[in-house]
Amino acid sequence: MAVPLPSPAPADAVGRSVPRVDGRAKVTGAARYTDDIVVPDAWYGKTIRSTVPCGVLRGVAANPAFNWDQAVLVTAADIPGDNVVQLIRDDQPALVEQEIRHREEPIALLAAIDRDTLEAASAHVRVEEDRLDPILTLDDATAVLADLLIDKGNVDRALAEAEIVVERTFSMGHQEQLYIEPQGAIAIPTDDGGVTIYGSLQCPYYVHQAVVRTLGMPEHKVVVIPAEVGGAFGGKEEYPSMVAIHAALLAVKARRPVRLVYDRHEDIAATTKRHPGVIRHRTGVRRDGTLVAQDIEIVLDGGAYCTLSPVVLSRSAIHAAGPYACPNVRIRGRAMATNTPPNGAFRGFGAPQSQFAAELMVEHVAEALGRSSIDLRRTWMLRVGDTTATGQTLSESVGTELVLDAALGNARPVSLPSDPVRRHGRGVSLVFHGSGFTGSGEKTLAARVVVECPSNNEYRVLTSQTEMGQGTTTILAQIAADALGVPLDQVTVPPQDTSVVPNSGPTVASRTVMIVGQLVAQAAAELRQRLESERPPLRVEKAYVQPSWIHWNDAQYRGDAYPAYAFACVVADVEIDTDTGEVRVTDLVAALDPGKAIHPVMVEGQMEGGVLQAVGYATVEEMKMEDGGYVNDRLATYIIPTSLDAPRIKTVLVENPYSGGPFGAKGIGEIPMDCPAPAVIAAIHDATGVWLDELPATPEKLLAAMST
Amino acid sequence: MTAFTVNGLPVTVDVPGARRLLDVLREDLRMTGTKEGCGEGECGACSVLIDGDVVNSCLVAVGQVEGCAVLTVEGLERRGRLAPLQQAFIDHGAAQCGICTPGMLLAAHALLARTPSPSHDQVREAIAGNLCRCTGYTKIIEAVLACRTRGS
Repeated sequence: MAVPLPSPAPADAVGRSVPRVDGRAKVTGAARYTDDIVVPDAWYGKTIRSTVPCGVLRGVAANPAFNWDQAVLVTAADIPGDNVVQLIRDDQPALVEQEIRHREEPIALLAAIDRDTLEAASAHVRVEEDRLDPILTLDDATAVLADLLIDKGNVDRALAEAEIVVERTFSMGHQEQLYIEPQGAIAIPTDDGGVTIYGSLQCPYYVHQAVVRTLGMPEHKVVVIPAEVGGAFGGKEEYPSMVAIHAALLAVKARRPVRLVYDRHEDIAATTKRHPGVIRHRTGVRRDGTLVAQDIEIVLDGGAYCTLSPVVLSRSAIHAAGPYACPNVRIRGRAMATNTPPNGAFRGFGAPQSQFAAELMVEHVAEALGRSSIDLRRTWMLRVGDTTATGQTLSESVGTELVLDAALGNARPVSLPSDPVRRHGRGVSLVFHGSGFTGSGEKTLAARVVVECPSNNEYRVLTSQTEMGQGTTTILAQIAADALGVPLDQVTVPPQDTSVVPNSGPTVASRTVMIVGQLVAQAAAELRQRLESERPPLRVEKAYVQPSWIHWNDAQYRGDAYPAYAFACVVADVEIDTDTGEVRVTDLVAALDPGKAIHPVMVEGQMEGGVLQAVGYATVEEMKMEDGGYVNDRLATYIIPTSLDAPRIKTVLVENPYSGGPFGAKGIGEIPMDCPAPAVIAAIHDATGVWLDELPATPEKLLAAMST
Repeated sequence: MTAFTVNGLPVTVDVPGARRLLDVLREDLRMTGTKEGCGEGECGACSVLIDGDVVNSCLVAVGQVEGCAVLTVEGLERRGRLAPLQQAFIDHGAAQCGICTPGMLLAAHALLARTPSPSHDQVREAIAGNLCRCTGYTKIIEAVLACRTRGS
């Protein structure tokens, strides 16, 4: 349904960088994050974890000589409902019963009246484990968590007939989300035998459903309320269900509130990371540069449990061909199980890995053809009317050329001469990212939102989209205000308390603005219409109805994978110290087609923060593994970019409206993460003549490559 | 007993001298604007000013601040009015998730107190001990530069 255009005044919130709703609380210290919430008489909780990457739990024993009056121990035997962390597949237990599949598995939980008693109690819990031989690498992995095939045209024939075939293999390691606020939850038992949970989380209803299932409680007795969230980046999509279940189990057994807040070390050691992977490409072209075939194989390391790996793999595969039109494409994807902590959601969701490979393939093919990779991109890029790897014909809002031109046009002239030690180089990348759930995902989810008018000049937007810094509460209010035709200050977005808000789905997948925002616009427009003849209180609820033009075949992995795609192009300039191998990204121009920027400053903010995360992914963020665990599981050893490491970042927004998004907007939360890594690696090649096919480009790897 | 001032007000706490200043602020004084991000002095989320110097309050024992003046984010506002730096953070989009914001504001406040008109590089240097994962630092630096009071 099209949203009627609002009258010119006062509907002027969309497109303006209004002060963010939560700004004042955040600059005064008044904002309440999970660990800031004071709950009288709350006990402190702790998780006891396995110490072997693979094994059998023989037993958990509490020393009866210890005084347990002020402490409580929870094991799998205490779980009233199903011992699973509900997500896609019921394979991951909330607490280990017997089988230990990774080194950070929760085995038992403890809570105590204060921290000293908690530490004392933990010395009186004995865990007996037997070690078995673990599978720690993709090379050794045999168990398949998920697989899929995208097949378009006839790849084998096209490759046989291609004049040039370029083959290359790329790999990448883990990446930690490193939100600055660690995970945490507070569970408070309620008088009716239920539980209320405050936590740092992205998806209130995921947590709600998971707690209902494991605690064996009726839905109405579990209430989940996100506290202020100190960053998430996908890292608080799934793991908060685990934390909340644990806090709830402790609270129920202790019969009092329990706070379970991770320290940084536990957070890095135990929670999900970006999937490591190996991606093999064979690309066939004619001598004139015409792209005829892409044959791609993706293998991701899912870790010990399924978690979100099937959908990460799906998004990875759908984006694996890059924003290019090719008549013959085959993409085979597999996610494998290893005895390492499960990997999961992280901004980009598989697409940063696959588009890193896709973009570097453009470079390698260009090199084989002796052509500029920018020209090749212009030849291959998707345009309106072209068809993607899944057979989706793009009918509007395809910003490839716009962002490429904008990024190149805003890049500084290349002027810095290289000397023998300090060398400079430039790289370019072009990416796309689908907004919303894949395929029929939004149809199945059927998100619901409410826009209501409790009394005159007062409007409320009820959704389950959380504010984690990206600006949900401000942006949804802007959209509602303009669709209602009312001043912005009359619209509020209350907290995402599951006893109050409908389930509009998780705050993931670049879906908040384009999918939920469009529903909010529709509900607001209908409310506006009803207010012409009715009086408040009024309430309009809208559920997602998939546009009739979207066709998706899950079995064949064919069709309209996403309603729309955002596009971005990055130009990265690097300076390489050839003595130390250090890579410094000095300048980065990022051009983005967001459809319509509802709040330009926040869109820029998404871009700037996301590209720096991706610069970290490309250069310094490396997880080292030993015996199935992370060696550098502290902030002193897992390095993220500081203000001194950050390049000068220039963001250029090129609006290119999508008719199905609110005021033309598409989702842009994840695309910033997709584009910088290949541009940085291409810039390193430009500076040194060396191709690195493995992320991150650490000094060790670069020096080794330069010396061969 | 340790006596010091927080945001200009005298406080006396009766806690072991080894207790972290961070915990004294957050738990004993119930001032939760100061955040814990890593607990080992790497992230700067717990930054406060002690006699004008930026320190990580997770690494400071409360016994060390006897007689000192501690400034936290709660002390930047004056009589309900935001300090120019706080307002600039809002205006420039320098706060996203907000968890690094208190520490970042204090690091910037200390810089501006000593160097009223810092250069771009001086700002980058001054906030290098404060990690932000949301903004790419761009808008934080812009906000601080907007608060320069002399020269340009």
